[in-house]
Formats: sequence, structure tokens, C-alpha cells
Amino acid sequence: MKKIISLSIVFLLIVSCGKDLPMSTFDTYGPIAEEQAFIFSIIFWAGMVVLVAVEAAIIYVYFKYRRRKNSNRKAAQFHGNTKLEILWTILPVVFLAIVSVPALSAIWNFATMPENPAVVVNVKGHQYWFEFQYPDLHVVTANELHIPVGKQVLINLDSNNVLHSFWIPKIAGKTDIIPNQTNQMWIQADHTGLYYGQCAEFCGESHALMRFRVIVDTDEDFAAWIDHQKTEAYVPNDPLEKEGYTIFMSPKAGCGGCHMIHGSKKAKGRIGPNLTHVGSRQHLAAGIMENTQDNLRQWIKDPGKIKPGNIMASQGAVYMDPNKALTDSEVIALASYLQSLK
Amino acid sequence: MSDETTTGLNSRKILMWVFLGSDCMFFASLIGTYLIYKGMGASHPGPSDVFDIPTTSVSTFVLLMSSMSMVFAYAYLVRDNIKAFRIWMVSTIIMGATFLGFQIFEFSEFYFHDHLSPQTNLFGTTFYALTGTHGIHVTIGVVWLGIIFYSSLFRNSVSSKTNLDLDLAALYWHFVDIVWIVIFAVVYLFGTFRGFPS
Amino acid sequence: MTTIPLKLPFKINLSRPVNPTGIWDWITTTDHKKIGVLYGVTAFLMFITGGIEALLIRTQLAGPEMKIIAPEVYNQLFTMHATTMIFLGVMPLSAAFFNYIIPLQIGARDVAFPRLNAFSYWTFLFGALIMKSSWFLGGSPNAGWFGYAPITTTTFNAGHGIDFWVVGLQVLGVASLAASFNFIVTIINMRAPGMSFMRLPLFTWMTFITAILLVLAFPVITVALIELMLDRTFDFNFFNTSAGANPLLWQHLFWIFGHPEVYILILPAMGIVSEILPTFSKKPIFGYAAMVLAAAFIAFMGWLVWSHHMFTTGLGPIANSVFTITTMLIAVPTGVKMFNWIGTMWGGNIEFNTPTLFSVGFLSMFLIGGISGVMHSFSASDYQQQDTYFIVAHLHYVLFGGAIFGIFGGIYYWFPKITGRMYDEKMGKLNFWLMFIGQNLTFFPMHFIGMQGMPRRIFTYDANMGWAFWNGVETFSAYVIAFGVLFFMINMLKSWGNGPKAGDDPWDGRTLEWSISSPPPVYNFLDVPKVEALDDFWVKKQKGITKIKSKTKPKDIHLPQASYWPMLVALGLTIAAYGIIYNLVVCGLGIAMVLITVCAWSFEPVNEPDAH
Repeated sequence: MKKIISLSIVFLLIVSCGKDLPMSTFDTYGPIAEEQAFIFSIIFWAGMVVLVAVEAAIIYVYFKYRRRKNSNRKAAQFHGNTKLEILWTILPVVFLAIVSVPALSAIWNFATMPENPAVVVNVKGHQYWFEFQYPDLHVVTANELHIPVGKQVLINLDSNNVLHSFWIPKIAGKTDIIPNQTNQMWIQADHTGLYYGQCAEFCGESHALMRFRVIVDTDEDFAAWIDHQKTEAYVPNDPLEKEGYTIFMSPKAGCGGCHMIHGSKKAKGRIGPNLTHVGSRQHLAAGIMENTQDNLRQWIKDPGKIKPGNIMASQGAVYMDPNKALTDSEVIALASYLQSLK
Repeated sequence: MSDETTTGLNSRKILMWVFLGSDCMFFASLIGTYLIYKGMGASHPGPSDVFDIPTTSVSTFVLLMSSMSMVFAYAYLVRDNIKAFRIWMVSTIIMGATFLGFQIFEFSEFYFHDHLSPQTNLFGTTFYALTGTHGIHVTIGVVWLGIIFYSSLFRNSVSSKTNLDLDLAALYWHFVDIVWIVIFAVVYLFGTFRGFPS
Repeated sequence: MTTIPLKLPFKINLSRPVNPTGIWDWITTTDHKKIGVLYGVTAFLMFITGGIEALLIRTQLAGPEMKIIAPEVYNQLFTMHATTMIFLGVMPLSAAFFNYIIPLQIGARDVAFPRLNAFSYWTFLFGALIMKSSWFLGGSPNAGWFGYAPITTTTFNAGHGIDFWVVGLQVLGVASLAASFNFIVTIINMRAPGMSFMRLPLFTWMTFITAILLVLAFPVITVALIELMLDRTFDFNFFNTSAGANPLLWQHLFWIFGHPEVYILILPAMGIVSEILPTFSKKPIFGYAAMVLAAAFIAFMGWLVWSHHMFTTGLGPIANSVFTITTMLIAVPTGVKMFNWIGTMWGGNIEFNTPTLFSVGFLSMFLIGGISGVMHSFSASDYQQQDTYFIVAHLHYVLFGGAIFGIFGGIYYWFPKITGRMYDEKMGKLNFWLMFIGQNLTFFPMHFIGMQGMPRRIFTYDANMGWAFWNGVETFSAYVIAFGVLFFMINMLKSWGNGPKAGDDPWDGRTLEWSISSPPPVYNFLDVPKVEALDDFWVKKQKGITKIKSKTKPKDIHLPQASYWPMLVALGLTIAAYGIIYNLVVCGLGIAMVLITVCAWSFEPVNEPDAH
């Protein structure tokens, strides 16, 4: 009895605790996550019935037939019961056959890619950040995925390094990102807003810090965002920002070797995130901190401290060569330049 | 320890069968790897660039014949005809060694002439790993048969009473032979067959 | 043996140790009981190290954004924790029971190949040391226990950690394979007269099925490891994605091994529970034949479900549907076993002691793990659970609440037989309740945080995720488990030396091991027993037939003799393994040592040639 009570409490906890958390799989905002939560609830309740019944049987039998002091009761001697055994072989089969119908149909639903997706996004997994390419719209960005509300979005997943997994718990379950095998999935979000995503396949030292955000816009907002992303980067006038610009483009710092700033001739790199409109993003370093002057300075100063094992910290010239190390004033200038890239 | 076993079979013989079952899975995994990677990655040099089917057919034939020779050796040992046994043993060992010689020739041909190394492409990687593993199996077999033959040169070391030792070695030898037939078919014949996408 | 070993053509003195004592006795022993004890003690020490690794992991996760353990070390910890628990903890603890109990249960004097058995143990020990030595030699493996390529290749993982993992697992594989060959042959060929297959105790049956699974599954992982080793050491291309390799090759090979491996871990524990429940219920097992068939079916199905570990890798809807169905089907035989265990207790007269507590704990925890397993089989919803803490909860319910509870139950159950002493019942119960409560408070909340989106293998999480409370509870409870294990250790150490004398048959047992003295004599059975029924010893006791006067004298029984070679061959393997990591010349020397010692082994004389 105690067990049953505690199990119902447990269930209440699942429902009550899960709902409003940022990455709860119960709090769904898209058809895929919804169907996944529905299928889970079927098997959950079915499982609960079996769990409670069988746990109760185990505990009942153990207490009911325990050896009591001063009792001469003899144990019943029987070897089995064929009818009963056939029954409890067949029953689970029937049970599973019934619950498998919605489960199997959902597999096909998820695997059928939309014929006319509103947007196609190529997701590239990197060691500890996500790159988002909109091939039809000619936009490349990082770590913040914008999609229009209520529309089917086709996602192509690819990696040129290790395995990753693309997961937005409130919108859709995960699909792995595998080198030499482009996986596909489709997502749809039915409410505007900001959603959390995270890499779900171990990908190295800072796997825990490989996150991203999904921003679901209205059609107008999405179109405006795309238009803005297509524009060339802002060229600064402010002296501090200008100083930052000079440092960024200088061969000494070499930022442009890895980072792209659209419109600049010296920043054409494709190894690191595209920084053309980095100032317009809400978060830094794959969704691990707010995009503020202060955080940006810390990140530029010592990225390896914030995200151990990242490639910029281990291969960037200013971090490898003490002679090229950035001074505090250079860091401040760089940060204000990058923030100006709205 | 009691001499009697539950089944009446010698335990070592059962051990050998269990081992061969296990080894089957080993080769199955290697052949599986080869098939999964077939046609993937850089395509040249590929199977049809390097394989010389007539040559490998000869070495396959030699290995097959060595199995037959092994059967004769065993049959004569059971009849305690040690002299004939030795002759067939020598012939088995020579044919096994010949097969290995062919393999070394083939490998060096591929390596130096066709520039196919394990590092070249996926075909090189999977091909050398699979056939090399088989080659190591054959080498172990040749050494094992060699030890038995060597002991038979000394009086009363090998007789029908001790035929189990040869029986086990023969089982192993036939197994390695069968595995080669599979490899020859899957890797060599399918690899160069024109109607087959490679 | 029916054969005379081949004579060496030249004279060389290969003397065999004669009645060694002290440490030499343990090093050269071929007695299955001593090897069983060695296995058990070593594996338990490894289990403790794995537990310490787990506590460190939990400590780091106690709260959000903690900085107790560096990310790199954390990754090494979770890799080593899993590798340790699976390959150095649960498997060899099961092997300890195989060694000690199987020959006693089937009425044999020893295993079929006593020296091979010693070799298995030494290889296991050295493999464990190779693995663990990585902590002191520049860092442990850090890619997770299933080491998904290509993060294990030198491109992404230049250090030696993965090399230790690759060679360590191969050496451990050799140990497991050798042991399994031995047990298959022993169970087929060393059974006492009348001990037909359908009279085998269920633990022996489960061991038999486990060994068959192992013999077929380990070659697959060995191939995968060899491929990775060739990649890392000789620049082969198996997992080199820039040469066009597909990383899913590793996953397929790994899980074709990995799923049978799951049953390799759980079946022995099921066997132990199937011994304990009838004994203390004073009843025969319910549906013996169904239990055997169900296990065989589970073992068979274990080969057809591997891709349920790969539902999110884009295998396509057909594969996902097929593997969904095959995985669900495994619930059926598992359910049969569960119901039969309940049927075994039904109408019984069940003793309320530590072994039954652990067994009933096993049933109730394994049930939870089983049901969450069926939940995962639904690939459509598994997209949300894959690689989250929900999976971590599931696997710990099966492996900790399942396998470890079964094994602990087995240790208490057979402790009087092995040591001749009785353990402290009160402390045993305390041990159970601490572990039971700790287990549920540690692993049950993982279901919640998994569904709330916490991925596994992350060294940190943000405070605003809402995972902090349950993580705190889990960390606290992990220490409760640790205290439970501590009481277990105190109990064992205390009782081994000073426990009250247990007597030969303290539980009124059913199987042959209880018919001999505790601890058993070196020769096990004075006369090889004649078996006439399932639970033969129990049946004979009911008929009033207990001890028969034997005419055999202990000194007339020929026992397997001690040998140095098994240990030396294992040592050669170890040298070769380190050679692969550091220096190929050393590897060559190690292989040479293996070849020489194997030859010496096969030509080793017998001290008493009359023995045959």
C-alpha cells in the first residue's frame, strides 16, 4: 500500500515538476514533441498499471508467505501451472501489440519529410557550437536558430568532426549528427518564443557547454530577421569600436582567418562562427552566457577558461603565442566592436 | 581426475568446436566490415584494379588441396601408418606454406606495384585487415602442424592413441580453409565481377 | 584426459610446483574454488574503485555550475566508472560465482580445464590493472564506455587514454573468452552421472547461456577494438571520416556485442535469484522449463535488438519499426521469468533474511528497469529519452537494482558455504536497506530530470534548468549507497574470520553444493554423486537419504596440479598490451613471451604420471 501511495506521489512530481522547466519534454510547443509526449504517456500509463500490479504482487507474496515464528505451516509443493504460464505469456503479447500501433505510425510520421518545407536549414555540428545555414536564403549564423511559427522546417544535419545530436526538447526529439551521413528531420513550432536546445551526443571535453537557442518568430519578424542577416556587417565610426575593428582585421590577431564578417575582405574564415551580426544575438559561446560587454570581454580574454578544449583557445594565434596575447585595452576594444555588429 | 566425461566426448574436442564458433563471429565481423565499406571512400585502387583472379585461384586451390591432404594424414595416423602419415603431413604443411607464399607475393604486388596500402583508402584498410587476419590464422596452423610433424620424428611420440592432437589441428585447419573460401568468394570474385556494383 | 601430451623432442626441465604454500599457492593454484575467491575479491575491489568514481561524478553534479572536478577529468570518470562496473565489476563478480559454484552444483571435482581457468583469472587481473593504471600514466580514456567513433581516433583524441581502453578491453576479452570456453565445456562435459540438462540448477543454466552469449559476442567487440587499434597505431582508415569512413560501423559492431552484453550482465543475477527464492521458500522453482526457455529466448532475441541503441542515428523508419517490435518482444520472456519467481514464492514459507531481501529487491528493482526498458523500445518517443538521464535511470535500475542486488544476494547466500562461517544477519539487513533506499533515491529521480531534458555525460548544468534539486538528492543518496556497501565490507571481513560456524547445510539447501562440507574440501566430492532428480539433494533429504559412507579416500583422488604457466602467459599478454601503447618492440617481446609460455604450458609434465 505504501508503495502505491509513494508511486502516485512520484507521478504527481513528474507532472508538477516537469511542466514549466526550460527543457521539459512534457511542455510541448510543436506537433512532433506533442506526439512524442503522447506516445510516452500511453506507454507510461500502461507501464504504470503493470508496475503497480506486479510490485504489489511481489510485496504481497513476500509478506503473506513469510515464515512466522511458532508456525508449522508447510510450504506448498508445486512445480508450475501450465495454463497460468501460457496466460502470462500471451497477455503481454496482446498488450504490446495494442500499444505498438500508435508508436509505429508515429515512426513513419516523423520519418516522412515535408515536401514543401517553408525553410530549409543545414545544421553543422562543430566542437562545441552549432552552425545554421539557410541555403535558400543565403544566410549563415551560429547558435541561434530562427524559424517561422507554424511552418514545417526541414533540417539537414551534418558534421565534419565528431558526432553530435540536435535536440530541442519542447519542439522535437533528437537526431544525431554524423559525419559522412546527412541525417534529416523536420520540426515545427506552434508558438513564438525562445526555446532551449542542447547537444545530446557526447562530443568531447565541453560537450556540456554545447547548447543553442531556437527563436520562433512570426512570419513578419522572420522575414525581417532574414533581411537583416543578409546585409553586410556594420562598419564602425566610434573610435573604440574602430580600434577593435583594426585589431580584429590585423594579421597579428588573425581573427579573420577563422571568422566570417560579411562585407569585409579580411575576415573570410569558415572555421569559427560567422560573426557578421554577432551583436544581434542574445547569447554567446553556444548559448552558455548572455551577450553582454562584460561576458564578451571575458570570453575574448580567455575562452579556454569558459569553454575548455575549444578550438579558438587551442589554435588562435593570440592564445597560443604569449607575444601576441591581447592586452586588456585590446580586449575592451574588440568586445565593443563585436557588440556593435548588430 | 576422472577420465570419463558426461558426453563421452573429449573435453578438448568440445573446446575446439566452441572456439571455432567464436572464431566464426570474429571473421563474420571482419567480413561484415569489408562489405559495409565496399565501394565507399576513394575508389582507386579498388578490387578490380589489383586482383589477379587466376593467381589467387591457384593459391585457393592449393589451400583446398591441403585440406584433403590433411584428411589423408589423419586417416593414416588412425591406422598407425606413421610413414604415410608423415608424407601427408609434409604435403599439408608445404601446401599451407605455399598459400602463405602466394599471399606474401600478392601483398607485396599490391603494395609496391598497385600502391595499395592499408592507409590508402577504405578498400586497402578492410582488405588487408581481413586477409591479414586470415593469413595469421594460416600461419598458426602451419606452425601447429609443424610441431606435430616434428614430434612424430621421434619414436612413439605420435600414434593412433594420440590422434586427438592431430584431430584438433585438422579441425582448425579445415575451418581456416572454409573461411578462405568465403573470403575468396566475397572479396575476390564479387569484387571483380562486372555485374556487381563495386 | 584420453590423450597423452606430445613428448618434447629435447630435454628441458619444466618442473611443476609441488604443494606450494603461501603466496605461491595462490599464484599457481588451479583449484576452481581458490580461483573463484580470487575473482571475487579482485572484482569487489574493482567495484569499489568504480564506486569511488561514481561518487566523484555525483559530487560534481550535486549542484548547478559546480567546479569541483575539471571537465576533462569528469569525462574520464564517467568513462572509467562504466567500464569498471561492467568489465571489472559485474562480469568478474559473476565469474567468481561461476568458478566457485558451478563445479559444486554439477557434481564435478573441478572445471574441465583448470589451468585455463587460472589463466582467465590472471588475464582478468592484469587487464584490470592495465585499465586502472591509465589514471597514473597520463589520463584515463575519456570517450564514454561505448567510445563512439570518431571521437576515439587520434585526430580527436591524441592522448594515450583511449589506447589503454582499447588494449585493456582486448585483454579483458581474452580473459572472458577463455573463462567462457571453459564453462561451456565444463557444463557440457563434467556433469555428474544423471545430471541431465533439464536437471541442472538454474544458476548453472544461466551461466551456460551467459557463456554462450559471451563466446559469440566478444569476438565482435574484439574486431571493433582491433580496427580502432589499427587506426590509432598504424593509421588504418576504419574510422577515419576524412577517408570516407562511416562512424556508424563502430556503433553497429559495438551494439551487436553490447546488447548481448546486457544479458551477459543480468542472466547470472537471474540465476542467483532463481537459487535463493526456492531455497528460502522451501518450494521447487515455479515452471523450471519455462524459466530455461525464457532465458534461452532472451539470449536469442538479444542478437536482434542492437539497433534500439541507435534509434536517433537515422537508420530509417523500417529499421526503427523492426527494432521497436523485436525489443518489445523481449518483455515477454522477461515477464514470464518475473511471474515465475512470484509463483515460486506463492504458497511458500519464505524466510525473511538478507539473501531473500536482496532477491525480492532484485525483482522489484528489475521490474522498474524492465518497464522503463519497454518505454525505450518505442522508438518514436525514445527520440526524447535517448542520451538523457532517463536512460541513466533505466540502466542503473537494471544493473544496480538488478545485477548488483542479485550478486550481493548471492554473496550472502553462499557465504556460509565458501567460508564455513555465518555472516551477521542484522548488519546484512542494514546493508540491504541502505542500498535499497539509496538506490531508489539516487536513480529514481533520474527519470524526472531525464524527462525534464537533462542530457547524460554533462559535467555541468545551469541553475535555471530546474535540475538542481533532484541532482542534490541523488548525490546525497549516492553516499547512502556507499554506506550500505561499507557495512557489507565490515560484515564480510568480520564474519570471515570470526563468524559463528555455519555448518554444511545452513539453509536446508536444494542443490549439490550443500551436500558437502563448508568450506568444501579441495576434491569437492568424495564420491561423484549420482543424480536422480531436479533438486536432487533436497529430494534425497525428503526421502531421508543423507550421508552415505564412502569407500574413497581423499588421497586417492587425483586433483589438477598447480602451474606457473597460466600466470606467465597472462603476464606476456600484459607486456604485449603495454607495448602497443608505448613501444612496438616491447609488444613483440610480449608476444614472444606468450608463445614460449604457451609452448611450455602445453608440454608441462604431470607430477604423478600414474594419474592417467
